[in-house]
Amino acid sequence: MQMQNFKNPVVNWIDHRLPVFSFMHHELNEYPTPKNLSYLWNLGSLAGFALVMMIATGIILAMHYTPHVDHAFASVERIMRDVNHGWLIRYIHMNGASFFFIVVYIHIFRGLYYGSYKAPRELLWILGVMILLLMMATAFMGYVLPWGQMSFWGATVITNLFSAIPFIGESIVVWLWGGFSVDNPTLSRFFALHYLMPFMIVGVVLLHIIALHRFGSNNPLGIDVSGKQDTIPFHPYYTSKDLFGLVVFLTIFASAVFFYPNFLGHPDNYIPANPLQTPAHIVPEWYFLPFYAILRAIPDKLGGVLFMFGAIAVLFVLPWLDKSPVRSGRFRPIFKVFFWLLFADCILLGYLGAKPAEGIYVVLSRLATAWYFFHFLLVLPVLSLIERTRPLPQSISAPIIGGMAMAGAAAKREKPDA
Amino acid sequence: MRKLNTLSLGLSLWLGMIMATGSALAAGAGGKITEHDWSFSGPFGYFDQASLQRGFQVYREVCSGCHGLEFISFRNFAELGYNEDEIKAIAAEYEVVDGPNDEGEMFERAAIPADRYPSPFPNENAARAANGGAYPPDLSLIVKARPNGANYIYSLLTSYTDAPSEMDVPEGMHYNEAYAGQMIAMAAPLYGEDVDYADGSDTSIEAHAADVVSFLAWASEPEMEKRKRTGLAVLIFLSVMCVVSYKAKQYIWSDVKKA
Amino acid sequence: MSEATTDKGRRDFIVVATNTMMAVGAAAVVYPLIDQMNPAADTLALASIEVNIAGITEGQAITVKWRGKPVFIRHRTADEIQTAAAANMDDLRDPQVDGDRVQKPELLVIEGICTHLGCVPLGQKIGEVKGDYNGWFCPCHGSHYDTSGRIRKGPAPTNLGVPPYEFISDSVIKIG
Repeated sequence: MQMQNFKNPVVNWIDHRLPVFSFMHHELNEYPTPKNLSYLWNLGSLAGFALVMMIATGIILAMHYTPHVDHAFASVERIMRDVNHGWLIRYIHMNGASFFFIVVYIHIFRGLYYGSYKAPRELLWILGVMILLLMMATAFMGYVLPWGQMSFWGATVITNLFSAIPFIGESIVVWLWGGFSVDNPTLSRFFALHYLMPFMIVGVVLLHIIALHRFGSNNPLGIDVSGKQDTIPFHPYYTSKDLFGLVVFLTIFASAVFFYPNFLGHPDNYIPANPLQTPAHIVPEWYFLPFYAILRAIPDKLGGVLFMFGAIAVLFVLPWLDKSPVRSGRFRPIFKVFFWLLFADCILLGYLGAKPAEGIYVVLSRLATAWYFFHFLLVLPVLSLIERTRPLPQSISAPIIGGMAMAGAAAKREKPDA
Repeated sequence: MRKLNTLSLGLSLWLGMIMATGSALAAGAGGKITEHDWSFSGPFGYFDQASLQRGFQVYREVCSGCHGLEFISFRNFAELGYNEDEIKAIAAEYEVVDGPNDEGEMFERAAIPADRYPSPFPNENAARAANGGAYPPDLSLIVKARPNGANYIYSLLTSYTDAPSEMDVPEGMHYNEAYAGQMIAMAAPLYGEDVDYADGSDTSIEAHAADVVSFLAWASEPEMEKRKRTGLAVLIFLSVMCVVSYKAKQYIWSDVKKA
Repeated sequence: MSEATTDKGRRDFIVVATNTMMAVGAAAVVYPLIDQMNPAADTLALASIEVNIAGITEGQAITVKWRGKPVFIRHRTADEIQTAAAANMDDLRDPQVDGDRVQKPELLVIEGICTHLGCVPLGQKIGEVKGDYNGWFCPCHGSHYDTSGRIRKGPAPTNLGVPPYEFISDSVIKIG
């Protein structure tokens, strides 16, 4: 990092002693970014925005919320009815969770398609999977807090997963609950942890960004930057592009918050928790449905839990399963087909997770689960051995060399320089 | 861009399927739901105050014998179009428990606008005991707490019929085509002309049901009008900003030689 | 390229417009996030209480809670009214005639919050320290108030506040 000379003497004085401005200049203005990033590369900064939005609204909700079984539901209703703009803040937080996951899932599929997990970005990818895990834990605990029927029964079902662990499972569940069922001690600790975990996410996100800035962004061609002609400064180019993406995101998000705030929720969660009566159809929030489908596909309690966590664990070792030297799916004709099959498979799993576990749905869940693991554990390692990839362009600035159809299409989309 | 489209298409397909599943489940588990045309649905939805007041009257004279409205305070009735004196007068008709007083005793006093609407039973056990074991749910969130809430409750209130001859209706149960399983513990609450409206409007069973559902929809989502109005302003602002920020991005990028 | 200058002007305009909209949007978002900390609707609705004062005998004082703070209601003796009314305005830090602080001379209604830093002064119960002026004494930093609740000695800058109240009947007052 080069110390900068700033025009403003105050900035200079501070920067000499505490080089925050040089740091920002280095990370934003000097940070060379491949110039061919598509809009799919907006999702990272968008996820960062969503995280900040969730923390801001979450801290505010915590000011008005009471983590006690007798008062939690009523305190949420007080936020909705009496607190100034409380309905707005809660609906932003509630829908924000869903939109955070939408953004992060697209971000992950982008990484899968363009091989963003490959050397030298393995740790960057692993940190990302850790963020996903933390997000899932945070979202789960947050959903318990309103203490509606879905909160209560979701908490009961998910904490019971741990009882599948041999020998110590039961003790672990009692330890998680702080009692013999989901009750007040459970609610209090979930509240404390729901407040804590977002800050752990912030910590891992910082590491994620440090790892990102070590080698810079991957790009749609998946080839390394070869020189200055391939890059542009992050600011103002990508800041302006990210801003446009953010506004588009906010437009969609606002439509949900203001016009369909309960579209992604369950009506049952507006019924106060009742430990004596389980709702007829309990399903997790949509972002857990694929994992829920895997859990139910396995006809064995421990097996189901293992496969469900395995579905994430497999992402941790992905960089070593796919050893193909070519990153981008654009130059891997067979991989590309399998990528879209995996994508469809995940959507199918999500659909099945919302269906009752009976009849054809069980069969389909098992097939879809099998395909998921087949893709990661067999298809990817084998493909990296046998696939004939297309020739790579020499550099980002000259992607047409070799005459690839995909690269040609990329060039055609660009507007001529005025 | 094409990939982005495909991805978002996929995700929206997924969400669409989930929602379709959700409503299919709701429809499959429940009975026949008739769709009604509500003033409060849609992006320009609003509450018809006259209907809310009539609905409140129906709630008060019919429903409130068994069903509470625990999250509504008398002061909230300002949103139905009552002024402060009218609200005070309504509140004063009810007794609420307060205390303890200086002697340590709980006592009853006339309600004031700041009080919650008193529930008919002191607790769930008392409510069950008085209703043959069935718990009449609190109505303050009922429209949000049921799938397709407004239409569902409207259908429920208007779908009490005689059971088909082959069906055996047990003692204490009632046949209702809109209810899941068709056997509901609640007896038909409305028959038409149950309540005399001061404004002389329709007192058919359908009109009563529509009014009380409007009132309950307001009770569930009192912020609805404000939410949708704010939403329109926000969307207009963001749409303009979409165009402006896209243009800004285009101009900033105009000197980048791609490929 | 021939329109380079207009192009630049337009470019600057569009960038400025974007930044302006971003600032306006951010301000619009920040407002509800700040306003949410103001008293909520249910808190505001509870801002008035009614107190029965019939049971307070001469010389006695009661404390009631209004808006989460103590309000002192003292049925003053003739002697106390006398001294309060006779106070020399030049001796007062925050000059105020006793008559301006009461609606009926025998009934003094004041907020029991020391105007220094918000402690509750002593002097309500029999046997408590009443300070040098036989009114109230704040134990936190030693402010002395007289029988009209006016500051006479110590660090407090102003007299004990008088809450808005009205007589609903001879025996009931409504505070707030």
